[in-house]
Amino acid sequence: MLKGQKRWGLFFFLAPVVLWLFVMIVLPHIDLLIMSFRIENDEGQQIWSLKNYLNFFEEPIYWLTFARTAIYSILVTFLTFVIALPVAFYITKVVKPKYQGFLLVLLLLPFWVSELVRVYGWMILLRESGVINHFLLKAGLLKQPIEMLYRDSTMILGLVYTSMLFMVVPIISVLDSLDNSLIEAAYDLGANMWTILFKIIIPHATPGIVSGSIVVFMLTLGNYLTPNLMGGKNSLWFTEQIYNQFIASFNWNQGSAFGFLLLVLSSIVVWLGLKLTRQNLKKVVQ
Amino acid sequence: MQIDLAVKDISKTFDDFMAVDNVSFEVADGSFFSILGPSGCGKTTLLRMIAGLTEPTAGTIEIRGKSMLGIPPNKRPVNLIFQHLALFPMMNVGENIAFGLKRRGDSKAVINEKVATILERVDLIGFGDKKVDQLSGGQKQRVAIARCLVLEPAVLLLDEPLGALDLKLREQMKVELKKLQAKVGTTFVYITHDQSEALVMSDHVAVMNQGVFEQIDTPQNLYNSPDTPFVAQFVGDNNTWSGRIRQCDQKTAEIETTDGRVFRTQIRQQLQPGDEVDLFLRPEAMLIQPDAGLANLNRFEVIVKDLLFDGANSRLLAHPLDADTELLIALPQTHQYDYIQKNDKIEIGWDEQSGICFLRKENQD
Amino acid sequence: MIRTLPTSKTYNRCFKLYIVFYFFFLFAPLFVTCVLAFNDSQFPSLPWKGFTLEWFTANLPQRVGIFNDQINLDSIWVSFRVAFFVTLLSLAVGTCASFLFEQEDFRFKQGLYFLMLAPLVVPGVILGISILLFSNTLGTHFETSWNLDVELFRPGFWLVVLGQFSFIATLVTLVVSARLRKFDRTLEEAAMNLGANRFEVIWHITLKFLRPALIGAGAVAFLMSFENFNTTLFLVGYEATLPINLYLQVRDGSTPVINAISFLLIVGTSLLALLNLYFSRKSK
Repeated sequence: MLKGQKRWGLFFFLAPVVLWLFVMIVLPHIDLLIMSFRIENDEGQQIWSLKNYLNFFEEPIYWLTFARTAIYSILVTFLTFVIALPVAFYITKVVKPKYQGFLLVLLLLPFWVSELVRVYGWMILLRESGVINHFLLKAGLLKQPIEMLYRDSTMILGLVYTSMLFMVVPIISVLDSLDNSLIEAAYDLGANMWTILFKIIIPHATPGIVSGSIVVFMLTLGNYLTPNLMGGKNSLWFTEQIYNQFIASFNWNQGSAFGFLLLVLSSIVVWLGLKLTRQNLKKVVQ
Repeated sequence: MQIDLAVKDISKTFDDFMAVDNVSFEVADGSFFSILGPSGCGKTTLLRMIAGLTEPTAGTIEIRGKSMLGIPPNKRPVNLIFQHLALFPMMNVGENIAFGLKRRGDSKAVINEKVATILERVDLIGFGDKKVDQLSGGQKQRVAIARCLVLEPAVLLLDEPLGALDLKLREQMKVELKKLQAKVGTTFVYITHDQSEALVMSDHVAVMNQGVFEQIDTPQNLYNSPDTPFVAQFVGDNNTWSGRIRQCDQKTAEIETTDGRVFRTQIRQQLQPGDEVDLFLRPEAMLIQPDAGLANLNRFEVIVKDLLFDGANSRLLAHPLDADTELLIALPQTHQYDYIQKNDKIEIGWDEQSGICFLRKENQD
Repeated sequence: MIRTLPTSKTYNRCFKLYIVFYFFFLFAPLFVTCVLAFNDSQFPSLPWKGFTLEWFTANLPQRVGIFNDQINLDSIWVSFRVAFFVTLLSLAVGTCASFLFEQEDFRFKQGLYFLMLAPLVVPGVILGISILLFSNTLGTHFETSWNLDVELFRPGFWLVVLGQFSFIATLVTLVVSARLRKFDRTLEEAAMNLGANRFEVIWHITLKFLRPALIGAGAVAFLMSFENFNTTLFLVGYEATLPINLYLQVRDGSTPVINAISFLLIVGTSLLALLNLYFSRKSK
């Protein structure tokens, strides 16, 4: 082929992509990093400083929220996995093939609906004047309505619910590629259900589990809506701290430092997850 | 002789489809038993029932005299080699072989020793640490066999394990498998749709069709005296004529074929004059230009349409004069017949003891 | 254990029960939200006080139905416009990226590829604030250096579009690349052999092949944009998108109007989802 034409082709595709990645991703994050190392002095000028990071470590509310967010995100990821695995297994391996398509559609449908609507649904189910309380009172199981919203446990419930799709779908796609005869062979060679689960199914599903976990963890860590609406005043989420710094206190430097810390945390956990399971990002994405 | 596997009146129905229909057979200790049939005949279902992977609708399975009813596959003294082998890709060769031993709770030392022994036996010394996908087709085959044999099953079941291999390797593995079976002395139950595999390796072969066994016999008997038209057609090649009995006695019959020829053939079935029959004749039963002095030959003339050269398996494609029945005639590569050309007219003869005659299916019903 | 193996009744029953519970868990909040959109009550809660369509159609002092609720209608319109531009932009750039990563070879390709994946592992909130910061930096720079006040650099419609585009383009790239990988490149060679140049080949052959993936990716991009909250939160100006607008209402107390909007969203997205599914099935 003509060499010139080839070069033009490359340039034609490369230019918009480079523009996108550098202007929308790279430069903003560099800016974030720079901003996080600057503060406004008394004269209103921006100067270099480590103060934003020092604030984070000195103020327990900040780093406690940070740790809380990290630990809860891991917990949510794990719970999502535990709930999703049997569902994915049922749909790919247990249910009759003729119902498979239907169940799959049913599974995906709720997740096309806005997260806000889903969270709102949980709110009107769980709150003091909510539907669940109404039924419990009617059934005589409760004398007083109880507030089920604004607790850590409901917040976790909401986060698990919101993330479920991103765990179920990758696991379904890896289990789909698991040859049934491997399970049968293990069974034939004397394995019981649990051995098959831990020696055959989970090792085979690892790439899907890892990619699901990364996405779920990342989305949970960066979630603002669910903790804000379903968590109580005490269930502070780190994204709320960032929001407060940016919108309420208008301290963008402090907010940038928080943002950068969250970014580092998510990158470290994702990297660790990949390392521990000996996967790489490219494989996981595909 | 001890009976390792006894299957009695076993049936399996899927919804309203009868996959296996009232099958019974016994396999003696240490023998190589094959089930031969076209795909979809129910042979895999039968094998899976023996392994416990499918529950029979009716009937019993006994292994070494013990009923297997209600015993799950992981508790049965049989092991199955899957069609695509089902080696675990998440484990190396050694771990694959040790899998069953670990489940049984053998000690580490015992496991290591047994794995080493079996690897030696299947000529894979030093392969323990290899990944499954580093192996060649034949090596995978042997790992799959080792993985089962190491458990010393009463019966080893094999589900067309050579199907995925290429021709050359398949020929080689056939012989190897036979040798291995003789060496270890385990009872093999082997299913295949490839008649040559079944004939070469087995002590006994069952021919299965549409859920039932048509015949259980030695390979020689299957080939030489098939019990049913299906066996005659499925095992080896056969030429077929349709015809009607003109006259017959206990042993022989005179048949008039639809293309107007009259043949004399042996019969093994009680037949009446006027019965519609099918006549089967092996390609090698037909002699080219037979000696005029030979008695008891059915002789007729054919036109050679084509020469199908295939080494030792070469044939002539021909049709009888003024009829379009296609015939396959064995063409021995002895240079004796090198003069035969396309469109030649030659004489063919066959001994009346080589013919196999069955009452037509429609008349039986 | 699996459908090909004999399993005990208890195992099957327990498993089925679990799946029923799971789907109940999945649909309960949506179902309740929809039902309460038709309850003749001032609050989205039980008891049931009778069926009404007033939360859709009314225009009374105490009850304004969604079809007469100007603020909410406006935000829906904003969301539509944002989603439209985001879809367009993401499809264009995402398709370029697919061609770049699947068919071109150049130095640093691997590095650029990982950069392209980065938006997947960067939380949306971080993406939002970093774009906010950067646009602000640029805006200040333009103002101090050239005394130019560029509208684009302030929180508002176009910044929301760009912010959402920055990560939705990655999703489009992945979907389109997956399809492009299945493309038989000998078709291109055949077309070139018949005299077409590279761009003619792409236009007439490759893009036709990619069409189902482009439609699917477009639908996903549209929905992702329409529903985005985390990134938008920081970039939004006075024109609130629907999720932002709903969020403010839900936070400050709810009325069945929100249920009515949710109902419309659920019905609308379900239809879009089913349509998308139908087309992707057909293309297989």
